[in-house]
Amino acid sequence: MFAYLDNNATTQVAPEVLEEMLPFLKEEFSNPSSMYEFARRPIKALERSREAVAAFFNASYGDEVIFTSCGSESDSTAVWGVLQGLRNISNGSRSEVIISDVEHPAVFNLKKPLEKRGYTVKVLPVDKRGLIDPDSLREAITEKTALVSVMWANNETGNVMPVKELTEIAHGKGALMHTDAVQAAGKIPLDVQAIPVDVLSISGHKIHAPKGIGALYLKRGTPFSSFLAGGHQERGRRAGTENVAFIAGLGKACLMAKEALPFENSEVKRLRDKLEAGLLSIPYSYLNSDRECRTPNTTNISFEFIEGEAILLSMSDKGICASTGSACSSESLEPSHVLLAQGLPAKLAHSAVRFSLSRYTKEEEIDYTLEEMPKIIARIRSMSPFWKG
Amino acid sequence: MWDYSDKVMDYFRNPRNMGELPDANGVGKVGSMACGDVMYLYLKINPETEVIEKATFKTFGCASAIASASILTELVIGKTIDEALKITNKDIVEELGGLPQAKFHCSVMGSEALEAAVNDYRGIKPEEKEELEGKLVCRCFAVTDKLIEKVVRENHLTTVEEVTAYTKAGGACGSCKAEIKEIIDRVNSGCQTK
Repeated sequence: MFAYLDNNATTQVAPEVLEEMLPFLKEEFSNPSSMYEFARRPIKALERSREAVAAFFNASYGDEVIFTSCGSESDSTAVWGVLQGLRNISNGSRSEVIISDVEHPAVFNLKKPLEKRGYTVKVLPVDKRGLIDPDSLREAITEKTALVSVMWANNETGNVMPVKELTEIAHGKGALMHTDAVQAAGKIPLDVQAIPVDVLSISGHKIHAPKGIGALYLKRGTPFSSFLAGGHQERGRRAGTENVAFIAGLGKACLMAKEALPFENSEVKRLRDKLEAGLLSIPYSYLNSDRECRTPNTTNISFEFIEGEAILLSMSDKGICASTGSACSSESLEPSHVLLAQGLPAKLAHSAVRFSLSRYTKEEEIDYTLEEMPKIIARIRSMSPFWKG
Repeated sequence: MWDYSDKVMDYFRNPRNMGELPDANGVGKVGSMACGDVMYLYLKINPETEVIEKATFKTFGCASAIASASILTELVIGKTIDEALKITNKDIVEELGGLPQAKFHCSVMGSEALEAAVNDYRGIKPEEKEELEGKLVCRCFAVTDKLIEKVVRENHLTTVEEVTAYTKAGGACGSCKAEIKEIIDRVNSGCQTK
């Protein structure tokens, strides 16, 4: 049996998405910047995808979409592009950037380079629930704030941040709002009319498109300066020959994700809740995600007295795939900065396992996982000096 | 995904000598839950011959920490205390068929646990032991200059990154990296202690 419960890490490519891509990897190989008839289908594919991605954001115009190579490129382009754009049209009086303590490294690790370039970077804390209190932004923001960048949903806990209120606060002070929506996309509605962020990042491989494609929503009129030097592609905002096949795939993935939203919030959520309830019935297991403000596919649970890498490897032996917040799973020596930020003691952060579902997750996978997990946890606990079971 | 040897995975899946030892007369407890790994080593030492007759372990930690502790028990059984104390973290790594460098600290923990268990048997209390262990260099992971000197010497380390991989020292806030570099230079220049 195989159970893939690591969809926040990456998702399988939808067969329909692959189908959409293949012609552009085979016979329709022309460069969409070319003048001849042979380039027509790639050009049309780009247009179609751009409209689909714009519709996915509920954006007003196709030209508010910029294709990138991944979520990290989207985040870097958003932050640097907007800051440089602002600097070009102002006297540099806006010299502050506000991020949060639980950002993905794609945003969090911009802190040091931003500081090197002279920006003051303020970091909003999260509360015990792992959520940002809008009041903390009210306190931090000033007339000098150029950009607020806060993720829509967290990758480790699935927690959904109050982006609407944060956007209102940012705009109230004349600052721009970016949100990393990589983990929110396909799980909750991204509606830039209802929540008028200025810039928004997504990544294809989290929504059943392949790795190597991402997109940015950039509201018309937002100051922006191109991050990559080169050709005129993407209206001069992102140079480089368009990755036609992958862009076509992303468009299809966005169409499908939009249609699947009700399913995510009913069936995927039902399976997630079933998994979560079952896992929490294991003694000394604790939920690290917020119960209410959360994407429907994610749960993050600590199994006290044992360490995450040992849990994951034992799960892997049974064909179950998930992720951990433990330090041991990476080159880093410290456990998840997200879980520590919400006040979890290090020993519980080391014990954390993230399970993330998708619309392809089957009930059998959940039942199988629920059958195996108590045995796995019991075996590793039997080796722990702290387990007195 | 770590590239663990088959032997590491075997000792993780089927740990030898796992559990508490009710008649242990030397128990070594090292590491901390906050740091992500803890190892308890239980020894039953024959007081007449000082031969380690039984050894068991319990570990909170990753696969390599569990495997390091388990294989250490096999290495020490049948040896006298003095023979056992000659086992270094390098021996543990070799017995395991290698470890990823970032996991070397698991093997270092094994040799620390062994020392702690022998100290416990010999009646050296943790307070006195701390004095023997030297000055705290890395506050994040509670690593002393003595331990750093030992791993640098035994494994011929030359960089701060290697010391971090072996002991975790310098792996969090990084404020002790200059001090670690000084220790490396000092040991490698031939002066073993200040």
